[in-house]
Amino acid sequence: MILKIIGNIAGKLKTSFFDLLPIILVVSFFQIVVLQQPFPNLFEILVGLVFVVVGLMLFVEGLEIGLFPIGENLSYSLVKKGSLFWLLLFSFLIGFSTTIAEPALIAVAKKAAEIAVESDLIKPEIESSYAFGLRLSVAISVGLAILMGIWRIIKGWPIYYLIIGGYIMVIVMTLFAPEEIIGIAYDAGGVTTSTITVPLVAALGVGLATVIEGRSPLTDGFGLIAFASLLPMIFVMGYGMLIF
Amino acid sequence: MLKELGITFLNTIRDVAPIVLLIAIFQIFIIKKSIPNLKNVVFGVVLVIFGLTFFLMGLEQALFPVGELMAKQLSNPDFIGANYSGSLSDWQAYYWVYIFAALIGFSTTIAEPSLYAVAVKANEVSGGTIGTFNLRLVVAIGVAFALVVGTYRIVVGDSLATYIMVGYIIVMIQTLFVKKDLVALAYDSGGVTTSTVTVPIVAALGLGLASVVPGRNPALDGFGLIALASVFPIITVLGYAQMNDLIKYLIKFKKIIS
Repeated sequence: MILKIIGNIAGKLKTSFFDLLPIILVVSFFQIVVLQQPFPNLFEILVGLVFVVVGLMLFVEGLEIGLFPIGENLSYSLVKKGSLFWLLLFSFLIGFSTTIAEPALIAVAKKAAEIAVESDLIKPEIESSYAFGLRLSVAISVGLAILMGIWRIIKGWPIYYLIIGGYIMVIVMTLFAPEEIIGIAYDAGGVTTSTITVPLVAALGVGLATVIEGRSPLTDGFGLIAFASLLPMIFVMGYGMLIF
Repeated sequence: MLKELGITFLNTIRDVAPIVLLIAIFQIFIIKKSIPNLKNVVFGVVLVIFGLTFFLMGLEQALFPVGELMAKQLSNPDFIGANYSGSLSDWQAYYWVYIFAALIGFSTTIAEPSLYAVAVKANEVSGGTIGTFNLRLVVAIGVAFALVVGTYRIVVGDSLATYIMVGYIIVMIQTLFVKKDLVALAYDSGGVTTSTVTVPIVAALGLGLASVVPGRNPALDGFGLIALASVFPIITVLGYAQMNDLIKYLIKFKKIIS
């Protein structure tokens, strides 16, 4: 048991290190060959990188030991139970709660709030609540996107309807949203779905597609991620209209 | 630093709490079963909280500063040597930034594990037409291209919305002319490209660049790299599929003629 955990951890450490390796190589190449300058604060940055690697490793290991199995188990039981209400509620909540814990989104929201304060868009006192507001808008929209995506799988609608409808909404909102929110709103779409959301949501989609007759897990499970990155753009622009 | 660690830790607990509550409540009240492997689940949650805390600390110490630093160094007037006048015609002076952006985009995407999983599925869905490595290559080229276009946009200060709209229109037109099975997959490949490690560096790169280039405002111009990096791969993947179809069609056509 212990040996297995150690083996797992070593494997994860390797994976997170390889995640980082291309960045280390490209950055060092530029620093040494192109810029030909010593790296400022090298020690601090190296310590930070170790934190990133160890942190991601623990995070992913924890998800795999604890949250993914129970999440899949739960999705499967809910699908089998056959109650549409609970299934849809669960879809919304799983999208919402996984997005709140999404590391990349935490990072981008934080940066966006710092920039907003530096450019005098918001008062320094509300910096952290602005960042949290951004994440909340994204989380609500991902929840809704998952709910609609699950509804789509049940109804068997083609995914294009949702995506093209989403594109049109994005265009309409862009016309009305304040200029300051547009950049972060568009970026929020790209960061929402990565580490936690995708595996849990995929489990739900695949579970459903196997239970409902005439659905293929391969094609019906897909497309959900794409839709889940359109809605956040719309909602964050809405949030911007409220704030600015 | 210790105080910061404490605050980050508490915030992380708050961030992870919703998932834990959701699973616990559904398991106990809706499914009405006890949690299987409770020990593992608790241990997993503890790891998740510690992991996220460390990651966020490292982010602040390493990933953000590196992205910003590279943007500042590569667009420093001493380095680029050009006396940038702030006019449009001088966007070439920043060519090292574009090269850096392209390399970061390409290398991180090729190495991205979740893209590998999508590539394997793409191979199955397409019946082997789309090779695993080729798909990753095509997506990586899409991301590299997106970051070059995105950094160029930050330097010249064009409107992000226009770029994204043009991207959407191209995607919509391509969607009309491609095998339907592949569409959802191509759309998804856009979403999975940017990993947890890449996002902060790329975001910091854009914001850093916008704060260095004269006449740019980070709040207005600094974003958009990630957004473009999720649209362009869709275009390159659809384009790749269409090119394959075209080649097949041409080969057939040749055979009929001869």
